[in-house]
Amino acid sequence: MIHKNMVALILAGGQGSRLGAMTKKMAKPAVPFGGKYRIIDFALSNCSNSGIDTVGILTQYKPQQLSTHIGIGTPWDLDRVHGGVTILPPYMSEAGGDWYKGTANAVYQNLGFLDQYDPSYVLVLSGDHIYKMDYRKMLKAHIDAGAEATIAVIDVPPEDASRFGIMNTDDNGRIVSFEEKPSAPKSTLASMGIYIFSYENLKKHLREDSLDPASENDFGKNIIPDMLKAGEKLIAYRFEGYWKDVGTVQSFWEANMDLLKADNEVRLFQSDWKLYTETASIPSQYIGPCARLTDSIISEGCVIMGEVEHSVIFPGVRIGENTRVVDSIIMENCVLEDNVIVNKSILLTGVTVRSNNAVGNGTDIAVIDEGRVLSGSGFID
Amino acid sequence: MKDYMAIFNLAENENDIRSLTTNRPIASVPIGSRYRVIDFMLSNMVNAGIGNVGIFTESNSRSLSDHLGTGKPWDLNRKIDGLFLFNHGLCNLMYTDSKVIKNNMEYIYRSKSSQVVLCSSYMICNMDIGKVCESHEKSGADITVVYKHITTADSGFSNCFTLNIDKSTGDLLGAGKNIGIGREADVCMEIFLMSKEKLTEFIYRSTSLNSLGSFYNLIFDQIGNLRFNTYRFDGYVSCINTVSSYFKANMDMLGRGVSDELFRTPERPIFTKIKDEPPTLYVRGSSVGNSLIADGCQIEGTVRDSLLGRYVDVEEGAVVENSIILQNVRVHKNAKLSHVIIDKNVDIDENTELKGNEYFPLVIEKRNILR
Repeated sequence: MIHKNMVALILAGGQGSRLGAMTKKMAKPAVPFGGKYRIIDFALSNCSNSGIDTVGILTQYKPQQLSTHIGIGTPWDLDRVHGGVTILPPYMSEAGGDWYKGTANAVYQNLGFLDQYDPSYVLVLSGDHIYKMDYRKMLKAHIDAGAEATIAVIDVPPEDASRFGIMNTDDNGRIVSFEEKPSAPKSTLASMGIYIFSYENLKKHLREDSLDPASENDFGKNIIPDMLKAGEKLIAYRFEGYWKDVGTVQSFWEANMDLLKADNEVRLFQSDWKLYTETASIPSQYIGPCARLTDSIISEGCVIMGEVEHSVIFPGVRIGENTRVVDSIIMENCVLEDNVIVNKSILLTGVTVRSNNAVGNGTDIAVIDEGRVLSGSGFID
Repeated sequence: MKDYMAIFNLAENENDIRSLTTNRPIASVPIGSRYRVIDFMLSNMVNAGIGNVGIFTESNSRSLSDHLGTGKPWDLNRKIDGLFLFNHGLCNLMYTDSKVIKNNMEYIYRSKSSQVVLCSSYMICNMDIGKVCESHEKSGADITVVYKHITTADSGFSNCFTLNIDKSTGDLLGAGKNIGIGREADVCMEIFLMSKEKLTEFIYRSTSLNSLGSFYNLIFDQIGNLRFNTYRFDGYVSCINTVSSYFKANMDMLGRGVSDELFRTPERPIFTKIKDEPPTLYVRGSSVGNSLIADGCQIEGTVRDSLLGRYVDVEEGAVVENSIILQNVRVHKNAKLSHVIIDKNVDIDENTELKGNEYFPLVIEKRNILR
């Protein structure tokens, strides 16, 4: 057995029901984001940029598109001889089979996967957050503190604090208590859902938790409070930088719009921390003679004849003449014919808008289902 | 279709395109905003189901082997067959292309294919090679040669082989070179189909003759002795062997017809190496028209009738017109470029003005910093 210092597990089984039509056909981590990526690319690229070469991805809700996207992990350099990427769906055993009941249960059911690599530390991540982070720095903080668990936290505005899991810490960053969505938060340090555990101790807690029928088998609700109760050393690792949980249509739209500046906080254009994704061989984008483009990001394979303002355009999109796209997200292979107006809308993959149509009213975000054809003439919102 | 392997002969004449080939062979010259010259013919082979490709390079192939890697983008990183790259760092001036192939005869022996497509890299086209194979097999000829009838022989395809084909029978009567006199010509596209035995015979004949001519000359020497079949290709093709043909081929790709034929034939995509660049950002105040732009660019200035490679930054007030800018170039504020070819990694300083023309585009070689 070859020992791995740290193995990452990405929790990618959630539905993300608040994303509505976007997650009708795929799990939230597989939702396209940022002009050519999928949400999980952020966590996966963080892993490979942090030198982590063994990653397990726990899937449950509609995993097909996610599994196809990940494949054998080549885009993230995770097609490895030893380690690499492994997709971990729920499974049957002699005693029957169970869906993953909670985040902790999902990891508990895959202790066998972890044991193969004899890791010292386990990194548990969410597959649905937008951020760039060097997990090596977090591991160093974990080791330096001699902690049993380290939780990444981010300072949130006081008025938002009651929406998050809040860590109350002492002066040395040691977590003294944890409250899930407190009505009267004592601190503004919100958990980012990123944990590093010393493996042996985690294993012990997961086994105990699995025997407790009252437990919800959740890291935030059960494992972390159990560890605190046992008096173990848990520390908060402060992350500074951009981090967004794109849980709702509104926050998804906002996070996309955040990318439209050269000095965007996501640092999309910085080459020192590349984002990797599965890419097709398609030609460069063609910009027509009368096109007008402002504050937008556009990907390969597009043919743009009309006007694009403050929008995110995915690969292979066609935008016809006299067509105007504003404040919108247009996903792969959409076709907008001539004389179309799209305003503050999200067009999912493969939508066609026939000539002389308008989509979106400019105030609420309109989401158009995958593959829909909007024909006739009129106004859709 | 019988079982074919492809052999790329990269002994291509670089005399008139030196400024772009100081660091690389023609095969890996960037073209069409995100491709390399060889991507087209290599994709043609792969799209015809050919899974065994041998590439015979002369020297100077660092850039090419970096581009090809294990052959993954072309689905040629295979356990059975796949991509074979033969490098010749030991550069003996007396080496000819046939000797380079002979030195690697074992590869040809060991290949299980019975038929060979021999080709060059610098003919840019999207061709259904399967149809050529069909024609070859139907004809029963020893050798099939692909040609294109052109009406621009005075301005393009210079020094390419031309074929003298009997108009009534289609028989190949002879071969010569295009020296630019007259407009009409049947230009050889340097694609030859033959059996592996025939190829082996040519290789041994060439070395026993100690011939210094090109391998293709040896083939044409056999006109009259062997049975030739000619296959006429009617699609778009350009030969990248001069700076002006390179410039023109790039500009051709801005046209909808050529671009759709080359890049948007659904069953025959052109594959290339993947680079993981972010989408391109167009900032307020930018103005872009009739241009092919690769991903990873940041555009604040004006770009017209041009092709931009990956990671090209055009700053505020800069104007790029009728130009080809290769990867990783920064055009600083208020610089003005017209009819120029800027090779990779060049910095164009503020207020610089550079101007060539359609026939003599100005080439700025790799890694220059212009102030």
